[in-house]
Amino acid sequence: MAEVLVYVDHVDGAVRKPTLELLTLARRIGSPVAVALGAGAADTAAVLGEHGAVKVLTHDASEYADYLVVPKVDALQAAVESVSPAAVLVPSSAEGKEIAARLALRIGSGIITDAIDIEAGDEGPVATQSVFAASFTTKSRVSKGIPVITVKPNSAAVEAAPADAAVEALAVSFSAQATGTKVTGRTPRESTGRPELTEAAIVVSGGRGVNGAENFAIIEALADSLGAAVGASRAAVDAGWYPHTNQVGQTGKSVSPQLYIASGISGAIQHRAGMQTSKTIVAINKDAEAPIFDLVDYGVVGDLFDVVPSLTEEIKTRKG
Amino acid sequence: MSLRIVVTVKYVPDATGDRHFADDLTVDRDDVDGLLSELDEYAVEQALQISENSDDDVEVTVLTVGPEDAKDALRKALSMGADKAIHVEDDDLHGTDALGTSLVLAKAVEKAGYDLVISGMASTDGTMGVVPALLAERLGVPQVTLLSEVSVEGGTVKGRRDGDAASEQLEASLPAVVSVTDQSGEARYPSFKGIMAAKKKPVQSWDLSDLDLEAEEVGLEGAYTAVASASERPARTAGTIVKDEGEGGKQLAEFLAGQKFI
Ligand SMILES: Cc1cc2nc3c(=O)[nH]c(=O)nc-3n(C[C@H](O)[C@H](O)[C@H](O)COP(=O)(O)OP(=O)(O)OC[C@H]3O[C@@H](n4cnc5c(N)ncnc54)[C@H](O)[C@@H]3O)c2cc1C
Ligand SMILES: Nc1ncnc2c1ncn2[C@@H]1O[C@H](COP(=O)(O)O)[C@@H](O)[C@H]1O
Repeated sequence: MAEVLVYVDHVDGAVRKPTLELLTLARRIGSPVAVALGAGAADTAAVLGEHGAVKVLTHDASEYADYLVVPKVDALQAAVESVSPAAVLVPSSAEGKEIAARLALRIGSGIITDAIDIEAGDEGPVATQSVFAASFTTKSRVSKGIPVITVKPNSAAVEAAPADAAVEALAVSFSAQATGTKVTGRTPRESTGRPELTEAAIVVSGGRGVNGAENFAIIEALADSLGAAVGASRAAVDAGWYPHTNQVGQTGKSVSPQLYIASGISGAIQHRAGMQTSKTIVAINKDAEAPIFDLVDYGVVGDLFDVVPSLTEEIKTRKG
Repeated sequence: MSLRIVVTVKYVPDATGDRHFADDLTVDRDDVDGLLSELDEYAVEQALQISENSDDDVEVTVLTVGPEDAKDALRKALSMGADKAIHVEDDDLHGTDALGTSLVLAKAVEKAGYDLVISGMASTDGTMGVVPALLAERLGVPQVTLLSEVSVEGGTVKGRRDGDAASEQLEASLPAVVSVTDQSGEARYPSFKGIMAAKKKPVQSWDLSDLDLEAEEVGLEGAYTAVASASERPARTAGTIVKDEGEGGKQLAEFLAGQKFI
């Protein structure tokens, strides 16, 4: 069966969930060969093998951490040249999309970004995308070269499919461009202990209606009662009530959880762009006319300062 | 010293309008009003700030690839304060994908002459966020993208990139391609004086032959991807909406329990 390259997103060897989802999709169109780069690359093999990777190509060099994007493109290109895959799948993070685009240009291939599903097709893989703030669904394919496709988190289930992932060293020689953009400092994000926003099964978000940074404690309490991630609208972020890393929407994160709970959020098109593909949507808003109610499976017209704490209490009681 | 900045701006259908596809599955640009992509206003703003904070002689050129109406986007950028504009317009550009757009932009910035290209983080219609990286790849210059803070000093561009796992400080020598996010600082509104001045600023028009490009390299024909179908997402089935009369939280918990979330 044809091989499919999967670019591994990991932090010091800990593989992030979207990569495991890519392995599920990759198995539909071929046999997955993973590419892991940087510190801890070889440590990814065990978990990748459990999810279907037949081979893991690894390479570690300080360039991956010290320079932006290009060293990773060089490595992925080396992997494409050694494997001649049927497709290349990359997680749809901001960086993932940049890596994928530059790779596609170099190997003379087309690129599809932000796929939410991939199926095998007669003329190569068919990617489903959700466009115009998720108001349309399109199906596309790459018509020239080896398809390069970036896939959004939560687009497929993580499935166990034990394969024996042979670890092989990838030979990489860096291009002249590799050292063009130097990373002169790095401040790691502090962990909140809550699930990653884009990967969470449940997201609880607050907007302008939350009315103050201190009131986000109410949103966090609800999130914690459900084991959820916390999101925020741009209005709440711009007001300085919650960090930009938690923003949901067009210029923030795009989320697609099983359950999305919006409190004090009106549902502007740019916010919907980042959450409209959530499976179940719930909103609490005191304005019965708020556009968010057009999307909901269940909506409560009411004051979030009454409804949210009482919901949290009830959940705690039921969970015992 | 002089510094030539080219800002790439896109003319996009208004996101609050009823956007849809034309019969050839390209974005329908006729039925919805177009405007300068809001996310490219941030790029224009940063170019103007770099210009204002510099002792050098800075020239800010705005560049768009798009249909006739795309002039509106250029006009808006000029009224914000850019010095001149370039419009790449050609019937054969219809249906050009990101790879093709980056090719046209690369040819155009090379012809215009540049030390620094500044782009937006993503277009509000395509939302791919890949054109700046592609442009850097084509030009063979450093990519310093997705910056929430940017500064230029003595031939070096520096900036902060807030990523998922960390916030990074970046640095590269000019020439370079930069893209800025909507966290980089509010874009200014054009003043009345700016709007009047913009009317007299030069707008150059180039077509494919001016850029030594062939029709087959761009447009639907040159595209590397093919859209097979586009369907409107079915409206979500109307949900249950209750008014909180003291029991709203409990009712919601009941719903969530019914859906097995609790
Ligand atoms: C280019 C561009 C990109 C953008 N990107 C994003 C993005 O990524 N994410 C994003 O979210 N927005 C984005 N926006 C902004 C977007 O257009 C809206 O301005 C924003 O989403 C509004 O946030 P909000 O719903 O919290 O605030 P509002 O629209 O002000 O809504 C607040 C809601 O809270 C309700 N409320 C108030 N008090 C209470 C209470 N006590 N109890 C219950 N309900 C209450 C009100 O009825 C109202 O419906 C973008 C805009 C542009 C132009
Ligand atoms: N047709 C175009 N004309 C000029 N600039 C563009 C065009 N398309 C994209 N860009 C630039 O590239 C950025 C990212 O676009 P995209 O990759 O399409 O999301 C935009 O913010 C613009 O700065």
